[in-house]
Order: sequence, then C-alpha cells, then structure tokens
Amino acid sequence: MSRKVCVIGIGHTDFNSITPDVEWKELMYESCQKAYVDAGVDPRRDVDSFITCAEDYLEGFSIFDEFVPDQIGAVLRPCCTVCGDGLYGLGTAYMQIKTGLMDVVSIESHSKISDLLTMGDILLHAFDPIFERPVTGPVERPWYGGSPEYPKEDPKPLVGSTKEKQRVHPYFLAGMEMQNYLSTTGTTEEECAEVVVKNKMNAFFNPLADYEAKISVENVMGSEYLFSPLKKLDISPNVDGAITFVLADERTARDLGADPIYLSGFGWSSETPWLSTRGMFADYATKASQMAYKMAGITSPRKQIDVVEVDDRFSYKELQHLEAIGIARPGEAGQMLMEGELARDGTIPTNMSGGSLGIGNCFEATGMQKALEIITQLRGHAAKRQVSDAKVGLAQAWRGIPSGSGAVAIFERGGA
Amino acid sequence: MAKKIEGSPGYAPGTRVSTKDIVENKISYTWWEPEIQYSWSLGQAMSKFLVGLKNGKILGRTCIKCDRVLVPPRMFCEHCYGPTDNWIELKDTGTIETFSISYLDSDARRIKKPILIGVISIDGASPLHGFMHYFGEMTKDEIHIGMKVKAVWKSPREREGAITDIKYFKPLKGGGKK
Repeated sequence: MSRKVCVIGIGHTDFNSITPDVEWKELMYESCQKAYVDAGVDPRRDVDSFITCAEDYLEGFSIFDEFVPDQIGAVLRPCCTVCGDGLYGLGTAYMQIKTGLMDVVSIESHSKISDLLTMGDILLHAFDPIFERPVTGPVERPWYGGSPEYPKEDPKPLVGSTKEKQRVHPYFLAGMEMQNYLSTTGTTEEECAEVVVKNKMNAFFNPLADYEAKISVENVMGSEYLFSPLKKLDISPNVDGAITFVLADERTARDLGADPIYLSGFGWSSETPWLSTRGMFADYATKASQMAYKMAGITSPRKQIDVVEVDDRFSYKELQHLEAIGIARPGEAGQMLMEGELARDGTIPTNMSGGSLGIGNCFEATGMQKALEIITQLRGHAAKRQVSDAKVGLAQAWRGIPSGSGAVAIFERGGA
Repeated sequence: MAKKIEGSPGYAPGTRVSTKDIVENKISYTWWEPEIQYSWSLGQAMSKFLVGLKNGKILGRTCIKCDRVLVPPRMFCEHCYGPTDNWIELKDTGTIETFSISYLDSDARRIKKPILIGVISIDGASPLHGFMHYFGEMTKDEIHIGMKVKAVWKSPREREGAITDIKYFKPLKGGGKK
C-alpha cells in the first residue's frame, strides 16, 4: 500500500474557440497519442486502465463512455468514464495504482463545447426542476394534441403555460455568489478586475492559451455588466481542447526512464445542492484541500507550496478559491494580488498558465488544465512563465455552474 | 405490497393517470423542457466519407500495419493505435451479418409494416467492417444472415451527404434466396 503514484506523461491539443476541422474523437486521439509518446508507452501493450471524464449532456451523447475506447487506445481493455471534472479521473487513477490493481493508467478529458449550441439550457437543466428551473424563466407546458383524450387539438392552455422560451442565463448564479463574496470579505470589483488583467497577461507566455490580452483594470471595469456585479471580461470564454495524462507507480516509472512528478495528495468534496443552504465560500475546496494536505503532509500551504493553479472561470473565483484552500485568509486574496504576491516572482505564483480567463473555459478538462500547468512547472518546462525552483504545486478544480463540487491535487518533483 | 400483475414489471395496480387528469389539474406534477441542440463537427474521416456518399461512393481507410480496410473510415486504427494510411473506394455491395425485424417504434407503439434493419459487411473491407442500414425489396421471410445485398441510392439530386443517401440495401441479383 505504500506505492507512490506519479505522472509520467502529458499530452494536449491546442486550445481554440472553435475546432471545426476535427471531430471530438480526433481531438481526443491527438492528446492521448502525445501523452503516450511523452510517457514512452504503447497504449495497446503498456497501459493497464483507461479513464475519461465527460458529461453526457455536454457531449450530446447518452452513455458517452461507449464512444471512447477507439480513440484512447482502450478497445477491449479496462475502461471507464467518470462523469465529472478531469481531476476526478486523476483521483480514480491514483486509487487504481495505489491499491496495486493497475501499474499504468491514462486519464483523458476534453472540451468540444463548440458542438453544443444551447449551453445555457443545458446548464439550467442541472438546476432543481421543482424549485429552481421554474424561476429561471417561463415554463412551457406539454402539448397534448394527438393524445387519446385530445386527438384533434391542444386543450386550452394551463395556468402559467406559455410558448415563450426566454430564460435567464445560468451564469447569474456566479453573479449572486460574487455579490455575497464582495460584501462579506470587503473585496472590490477592481481587485477582481486585476485577476483578469493578470491572467490574460500570463496567457501571452503560454502557447496553449487562446484568450491572451494586454488590458487594464479600466477595460474590465468598463466592460458591460452581464450578471451584476459580474462583467463581460470577468467571465472566461469557452474553448475546445483535450488533455491526457499517463500515471504509473514509482517502480514502473523508473523502468520506463520517466521524469516522474509525484501525485502526493488528493482530495475531493461536494456541497449540498440547495442554493439557499450551501455556503458561498467554496467550502468544497476547503474540504478537498484539507484532505489533500493531510495526505501530502502539508501543514503550512502558503510556505510549502511553490506554484498554484485554481479555478478562475469567473474572476472572483480565483480569490475565493485561494482563501478557501488556505493560501490566503478570508478577504486577503485581493490584497495579496494587488501587492504582487500572486505574480511569477511573488510569494505564491497563481495561474501562471493564464487560467481559464486567459486559456478559456475547458469545461470538464478545466481541472486537467490546472494540473497540466503544475506538471509543466515542476518539470521546469514552462519557458518564460517558469516559476524558479518550483518543487511543490497545487491544482484545484471546481465543476462549474451550478455545482458545489471540486477536487484538489498536490504534485511534487522527485526528491522534493 | 400489491399483487403482481402478470406481464408487468411493476407491482402497482390501480387507475392509470390519463392525459385528461393532467390537463384538468387533478394531479400535481412538474414539467420543464430544455432546449437541446448540438452541431457536431464531422472531422477529417467522416467529412470525406459523407462527401463520398453524396457522390454515390462508399469510402474506406486502410491500415497498412494491421492489413485492414476500415469502413466507416477513421483517421486512426483502434487495433494498433497508429494513424490510418490511404483512402480506398469500395463496392456498394456486401453481406448481411445480422438483422432484426422490428415491430415497435421508439415509443413502443406497434408499426404496421415491420422495419428490416441490420448490419452489412461491405465487400472489399475487412471482415465485420460496414454499417447498419435498412433492407428493402425483400420480405421478412426472405431476409437471412449471409444474404448478399446491394445499396439502393437516392438520385444524385436528392443526396445530401448523409448515411441516408443510401435508401436501403436490396438483395443482390441471385443473392436473395436462402
């Protein structure tokens, strides 16, 4: 049971706002083949188990797991799909290796969100059907014409029935949470705007990123309110792309001659779905980080962790998450940002990849995007955005609107 | 526990809820209908395959390493995990691998004329390479595994680059007998 688990291969496609040139299978194939080559493994021979992370509704397929074996090299091999963020797949792989059941496991997650034309309604479909969906807009009642009792025509409309379909975009949930976060912690909209400026600037140094921009706080503050206090530039735009990792136990990693990055801690947690009951401070991230810290033997995260990637799909989320995982005290993250502590040469470099604001919202691949950056940093391969002497890194994932679920992974360079 | 009804998977005899009950607000229920639309990118392999169908051709991809001809074509071989190599045009004939005579629609309502549906291995492709399609110009008594069939195409004007550019597969001349 004392096996150590490490990442021995990473692969990814480019990230683009649209990818009409490839289908989702071809996108997955590209990232997987790159990860297998990086790890020096043949998936048909060396990989014992295959994990993908995807949500059926985002993909547009029921039972999506049936569609994945070909393009990840898993035909007639142990294979499963985790319905959640990519980091959950990483945790699943960790357990398979830790228990000794498997030696080499691959994890893939991707976004082909440009294939989905009605993202707003799909996310509203994740709201409670009795208490929440009806207050996001008119509810169209079923049409009964053609049924046995009403063969000819539709009966008269029911109370509340309407043919209108204009509904509120589900991102208003983030606006509500931000409102609460700002008023409770004293963080300002300007500080949140600084997150956008920093991450979009970081994105210039990440060839993966699709939404780099040289902008100032004035640009963010001047962008239109979409879900007050959230403004257009506070929200990460959508992007397509795929990411794959190969994990192995330490001994197999050594036999393969890999440069291992150890997965030393992992945790995950889920909030209650009741919007009125659940906390507004990302308690899921707090619990997940505590579990991961305990496993990795981290007692003082701010001192012991060199580089951090947290979910920043909405600007305030970066600050909220930093506070939730104990890198900053409540209400302190905005100030740390203003003092430059989250910059590359600061005390706790955060979202050097450009984050979701700079790269784009990768949906279920978002946690993997955070982990990808940490692996790249710990390998020393981050070029101009490299954090000097990075030995320990943290990747945090949130499953996005309307969820209160997330995971945290801690990685360490060999010998750390 | 109520008495089990013969032939029913449930255990709850009683009065069924009718549409009338719903319309007259006699029962409490909730309803929400999402707007769900996708537009999947076809990618490299499927795009070329569908353009082929529009031109009345069935295209495959070869994997030199595994000595296979893949139909429908893919840009990678799921056996060796390498990229596939060349495009190849195949005949529009093949063999019925298996079939089913379907009497119900997707809402479990009986349809008057049963639908003959099955999978076809296309001639010139590797064994078990082909696709699922309708069968026509044959009766439910004539259809059988191993039957040689040929595609019946829509007219060039009607074709739009879809699997339904083939209307159905009919018995190949002399291949209809059991």
